[in-house]
Amino acid sequence: MSEPVIEAKGLTKRYRTATAVDGVTFTVGAGEIFGLLGPNGAGKTTTILMLLGLSDISAGQARVFGRDPMHEPLAIKRLAGYLPDLVGFYDNLTAADNLHYTARLMGLPAGSRAEKIAAALSRVGLTAVANKKVGTFSRGMRQRLGLAEIVMKDARVAILDEPTNGLDPQASVELLELIRSFKAHGVSILLSSHLLDRVQSVCDRVALFNEGRIALMGTVAELGRQVLGGGYTVEVEAEGGANVARRLSSLPGVRKVEQPVAGRWRLMCDQDLRAEAAAEVIAANARLSRLSLDEPSLETIYTRYFQSVQGVAHAA
Amino acid sequence: MRREGSAFQGLGVVVLKELSDHFASARMRVLEWLVVLTALAAVYGAIQQVRDVTAEDPFLFLRLFTTAREPLPSFVSFLSFLVPLMAIGLGFDAINGEHGRRTLSRILSQPIYRDALLFGKFLAGLITLSISLIALWLLVIGLGLIMLGVPPGGEEMARAFIFLIVTIAYAGVWLALAMLFSIIFQSAATAALVTLGLWLFVSVIWPALATAIAEAFFANADQATQVVAGQMLARISPATLFGESVLALLHPTTRTLGPVYISQLEGAVMGSPLPLWDSIMVAWPQIVGLIAATILFFVGGYVAFQRQEVRA
Repeated sequence: MSEPVIEAKGLTKRYRTATAVDGVTFTVGAGEIFGLLGPNGAGKTTTILMLLGLSDISAGQARVFGRDPMHEPLAIKRLAGYLPDLVGFYDNLTAADNLHYTARLMGLPAGSRAEKIAAALSRVGLTAVANKKVGTFSRGMRQRLGLAEIVMKDARVAILDEPTNGLDPQASVELLELIRSFKAHGVSILLSSHLLDRVQSVCDRVALFNEGRIALMGTVAELGRQVLGGGYTVEVEAEGGANVARRLSSLPGVRKVEQPVAGRWRLMCDQDLRAEAAAEVIAANARLSRLSLDEPSLETIYTRYFQSVQGVAHAA
Repeated sequence: MRREGSAFQGLGVVVLKELSDHFASARMRVLEWLVVLTALAAVYGAIQQVRDVTAEDPFLFLRLFTTAREPLPSFVSFLSFLVPLMAIGLGFDAINGEHGRRTLSRILSQPIYRDALLFGKFLAGLITLSISLIALWLLVIGLGLIMLGVPPGGEEMARAFIFLIVTIAYAGVWLALAMLFSIIFQSAATAALVTLGLWLFVSVIWPALATAIAEAFFANADQATQVVAGQMLARISPATLFGESVLALLHPTTRTLGPVYISQLEGAVMGSPLPLWDSIMVAWPQIVGLIAATILFFVGGYVAFQRQEVRA
């Protein structure tokens, strides 16, 4: 993996009576989109706040670009952009004025501020409303304005807390596109969400949080293999032929073959094996009528994982 | 290990933003009207009384601040009521307002410390209050000049100026307290109600309660002890401290702010004014008390804010 931008080792946050984050360890590489996923209250936001130096670390250590958030928070804040959950702005100010205020807090030189603000607003598609008061903005526009702040900062890592929360599907898609464009510009992204299906498409790797701990971590395919015993499902429909099931089972990477009805086979695979499955069907002298692929869903992985964990707990 | 950088990085930016918010707010409009109406009412009330003694009184201008004419209270009484309201009005939603707008974590994720945000908000509030009070002070003096037709003396101006400084310190106490509650309470309405309730309690109820408590605790002591104890307890209230400081500064004949014993009056020429420095010394404990209360409340707010979880 590329050099880590964010490193957390045994990161722990304790309150008086509760442990919000319990020994969390993960890294985010340069140019990577890493997702902290899990239900509300799982410890995702607390982890982010500790990384930014906005919350004290009870135990363990964190590094962002090699800096300690407890002692060098300003250095980290200069390099990291943060979009909080349901980001707020000063409603009585325009979008440009809101950015002007943060630009001055960031210490951007006066001469380049206007140019940077205009470029950032253009990048997130808010140029037309630059001089409108933020009070009139929709939730999606506010989220985009939050991203404009990160663009303006030239942040090398963007930390996005529930960026699609409260957005309609169309606004979510647009926002996720913007997030992808960040990656294209070389920005590393740490993204937290409880909406697993929405962020699955943008994350290179994910960590599934539960009760302050990381339950699972890896690429979606890796998690699919760990939890579902093969993350991809290839469905084959064919007529005629001989030994189709045996031929499909013998394919490398196929973990299991089910036949729900005659002439239809469901292959549990480690990867996308549509081409290989089609070749085997034809080799078996069968007539291929349908071939489809279901990628592993984080939702399914997550649900299945917790069902198994609860099953173990009940058995104990 | 020390934190990197200055705790005050970004302070100027926060102060300017908050000042601009205060000046553009509806609260400021109300404040401006209050300033004008208070000045007019106070001067109108005082001028009727003062005109009769123009030739006799060496501290004529100071009378503008302290003279009341029924049913209007004196300018000082106006201020002891108005200043806490102004300060509470500017401070009660300083921090919880940022929580409510969900701007706090976004602002604190910029390269500044919480210190700069809190101190910046306090400074901006104090500057706004100072500007209002200076405007009010100048209005009263200007109207007094026009209506009396007599210029104030140097010592009068010095006393009036120190009175202005003390009033700003008094405003600082209520501003720091309002900001403390804006940190403790997430709801701005709760913070406002609690601060106003506390202000009413320490300004109206506490002076009477202090006397009753002193009489109850020192039931067997002599009356002088009871009076001194009552006065000491009453001084917990910033309103009492302000009232006493103003008394010493604007009434140059005030020789003490405690009970006067016959022995203390030996050799004194009754009714003769004290020099300015001596008046300042008489009011000094009260002035220090006001500044200390401001610092105490601000530090309380600072500690609470530093420990607060920033999630919005």
